[in-house]
Amino acid sequence: MRTMGEATLDKQPEKLESALSVLDSLDEPERVQMLLDFSDHFREVPESIARRPFPEAHRVPYCESDAYVWATRGPGETVKLYFAVENPSGISARALAYLLDRTLSGLKTEEVARISPEIVPRMFRQNISMGKGMGLTAMVQAVRSLASQQHLSTRDTKEHE
Amino acid sequence: MQTDIEEKGYVHEEVLTSTDWVAEHLNDKSVRVIESNEDALLYPSGHIPGAVHVDWTVDLNDQLRRDYIQREGFERLASRLGITPDTTLVFYGDKHNWWATYAFWVFQLFGHTKARVMDGGRLKWQLEERPLTRDVPKFSATKYRAPERDDAKVRAFREEVLRHVSSRRSLVDVRSREEYTGQRLHMEGYPNEGALRGGHIPGAVNVPWSRAVNPENGTFRSAEELRQIYLKEQGLKPEEPIIAYCRIGERSSHTWFVLTYLLGFPHVKNYDGSWTEWGNLVGAPIER
Repeated sequence: MRTMGEATLDKQPEKLESALSVLDSLDEPERVQMLLDFSDHFREVPESIARRPFPEAHRVPYCESDAYVWATRGPGETVKLYFAVENPSGISARALAYLLDRTLSGLKTEEVARISPEIVPRMFRQNISMGKGMGLTAMVQAVRSLASQQHLSTRDTKEHE
Repeated sequence: MQTDIEEKGYVHEEVLTSTDWVAEHLNDKSVRVIESNEDALLYPSGHIPGAVHVDWTVDLNDQLRRDYIQREGFERLASRLGITPDTTLVFYGDKHNWWATYAFWVFQLFGHTKARVMDGGRLKWQLEERPLTRDVPKFSATKYRAPERDDAKVRAFREEVLRHVSSRRSLVDVRSREEYTGQRLHMEGYPNEGALRGGHIPGAVNVPWSRAVNPENGTFRSAEELRQIYLKEQGLKPEEPIIAYCRIGERSSHTWFVLTYLLGFPHVKNYDGSWTEWGNLVGAPIER
């Protein structure tokens, strides 16, 4: 699998940064409520994109919430993200999936490929275990990887035109 | 009804409760149900009616030193939960009670022995489609008076582990096979829970903690199944001192619970320094 390396943006994309800044500003009960709201608003990948059993190629490694991620290409080299979280206890995974979709879908593939995994500690602060952090970080990495592949694929197509 | 538990042949079956028993005691003032999870969002997303929350990162750990809370911190916690030393605590949580047994273990450092674990934890409660609520109960704060923390009986420190290794006594590494063999150290972004060296403490057998549970409903395996794993397969001897460890002592608290209560081993300790200490300890012996 080709990727764009480990480069990350100095700042997160604007919509994502804005949401993270709101989370930063909240006290703990408010932050928890906002994350629960994210989780409640999560919508699973539509059947037009994927059906169960979901293909293993889309499973997020190390994620104990059994998260899956898909990325389709939109107009103007943009990306649209989709997620599934199979574990009913995967509240944090659903909250993260909702945030990633809401703030990154519609952005250029190149920009999404360079989001920083620092999203996870900013969103959930430090009160997550290694196992949970691994899974959530892997979701971000999976999004980066899919966007990177799409970006490289688009670039290759252009170079051959 | 505790019938299912009674049939499983545990040595100390009194430390387990069934979901039925908990459902029948939701309004019992002498009982406090405590949820403790890996995912801090799970409790606020829905919990057993009347259950209170113990967050392992905030409530059980000292926020500066790597250690557990001291007596004063435990008294504050217990008072906030509205419990007294006579309250029967029932712990439950996600990940097959992994974090519930961790909280249970920390409560034992302060001698709160009227404590149980709900067999099957959150998973079984949900599978049985029992009620969950987002309402956080309000209990009047108490003035809990606790003894000083007593680590001697159930907690092992590195010097004791070194002596344990020298004496060729039994250790149980409850991490995954990849961690045990040193193939995995830590993940990107989480070096704070990593180690400079991979492998295991010399002489340790490897029994990943989750082998003790039935994955389909999170209940503990029967005593006979557990004996098959820990005694027959791994050769552990019940009467000998045993130290369990993992990465930071949470997974191994689950195995400590299994060996101590379900199988009745009298001398089991949890080494919470675990691999994050041992794998960084200059000169400590390691096997791969």
